[in-house]
Amino acid sequence: MSPTDPTSGPPLLTVRGLTKSFGPRQVLGSVDLDVVGGQVLAVVGSSGSGKTTLLRCLNGLEIPDAGTVQIAEVAVDFARRPSRTALGRLRDRSAMVFQHHNLFPHRTVLQNITEGPLVVQRRPRAQVEAEALALLRRVGLAERRDAYPSQLSGGEQQRVGILRALALHPRLLLFDEPTSALDPELVGDVLTLMRDLAVEGWTMVVVTHELQFARDVAHQVAFVDQGRVAELGPPSQVLGDPRHERTRQFVRRLLHPL
Amino acid sequence: MPPVDWDLALRSLGPIALGAVRGTVPLAVVSFAGGMLLAVGVALARLSRHRVLSGAGRAYVSVIRGTPLLVQLFVVFYGLPSLGLVIDPWPSAIIAFSLNVGGYGAEIVRAAILSVPKGQWEAAHVIGMSHRQSLTRIVLPQAARVSVPPLSNTFIALVKDTSLASLILVTELFRRAQQVAAFSQQFMLLYLEAALVYWVICLVLSAGQGRLEKRLDRYVAH
Ligand SMILES: Nc1ncnc2c1ncn2[C@@H]1O[C@H](COP(=O)(O)OP(=O)(O)OP(=O)(O)O)[C@@H](O)[C@H]1O
Ligand SMILES: [Mg+2]
Repeated sequence: MSPTDPTSGPPLLTVRGLTKSFGPRQVLGSVDLDVVGGQVLAVVGSSGSGKTTLLRCLNGLEIPDAGTVQIAEVAVDFARRPSRTALGRLRDRSAMVFQHHNLFPHRTVLQNITEGPLVVQRRPRAQVEAEALALLRRVGLAERRDAYPSQLSGGEQQRVGILRALALHPRLLLFDEPTSALDPELVGDVLTLMRDLAVEGWTMVVVTHELQFARDVAHQVAFVDQGRVAELGPPSQVLGDPRHERTRQFVRRLLHPL
Repeated sequence: MPPVDWDLALRSLGPIALGAVRGTVPLAVVSFAGGMLLAVGVALARLSRHRVLSGAGRAYVSVIRGTPLLVQLFVVFYGLPSLGLVIDPWPSAIIAFSLNVGGYGAEIVRAAILSVPKGQWEAAHVIGMSHRQSLTRIVLPQAARVSVPPLSNTFIALVKDTSLASLILVTELFRRAQQVAAFSQQFMLLYLEAALVYWVICLVLSAGQGRLEKRLDRYVAH
């Protein structure tokens, strides 16, 4: 049985034997994952369990010690130190949304979105800007196109962060707790946009503490514990009826924080 | 105290101002430009993972900051000829001042680059930028904003330090004042006049710094 059962279709993301240590401390211990094209994988787990590190290994922001990552047709084996070209191809297939958006403060909203397509992908300006405007219109931020990130609310900033990722036409979207730095009343708009993207068929890996979002949107949930995928399955199972005691404790703590 | 010779004060203003326009200002501007090119290069060398490169950068900064500017100036102008390398006063001054600004500027630029959050590099990498693109398009523009105030200080200090060039025979503001003073024997008057002209130049520069900061500030939240 492949880890992605009972879902079907070829995997867009395949991870095998991913390990990562920081000095003597092993943070990821042999992680295997598959994400079918068009599906959403939610990654949950307690603080320090290795979720961010896992995500950053997928696009080479961290270089794993061993293991393979394949996104679409690009496969990188980290047994040897990967070449810049290999990392570049991996990054070309994926885009990441950060917890703290990391928008470029000296660039306007529009420039943040068009920077990658123009400068890196060298696509024609007219086309890139039209597309960026369409994206902005879609999230209701078209009239903020010339604002600087510091002039936006946290929720707006994070939506621009998502648009910046979408504009690159990636095959895979990576999210690292995109709402956990936001005030509660700003979370909704961001989650709504992410829901829409899931419905449109974007392939996404989302590290999140929003269990409701994981339940509603994710096809698969991976519970990460001490650098390993301790439980993987559909949300109804992992979040609704966890097999492992650690998962059960985690879900209980999140649902009843007191 | 003898009465102020206003006539002399007025007549000497011409040569002194000419010394500023033909000497002090171009000397400072050219040296600063050269120094900044050096500074960025040395800052990048110091930040590089390459041991020899970063070591060389560190040594350079250490020597420049650890020796008096006047000595640096004399080494270039009076010292190098004994090695068979004779350089005219003007190029000597530009070389010495550029090297000096390069050393101080490198530390400012290095700190400014380090002050840009790591997430900016990562965001640039994630959208596919190379190291060079990330540096020139994302990191350096933000570092520039941070380094304007300290670099302005460096520039203003340089303007005043160019008076040392009078000691290697460059005809600039202060040397003009000295010449008139020697001729008229009105030392107090002429040196105060020179001081006043330096001060005015620095006032103009400070105003320019304010405007530049405002311009670069447009993206910072208020
Ligand atoms: N660059 C680094 N150097 C050293 N240790 C690190 C580094 N990055 C992460 N770690 C350690 O690796 C472990 C996993 O960190 P990671 O950020 O992946 O956890 P996480 O599951 O994302 O936690 P959180 O929910 O708090 O974001 C932590 O113990 C962390 O201290
Ligand atoms: Mg994390």
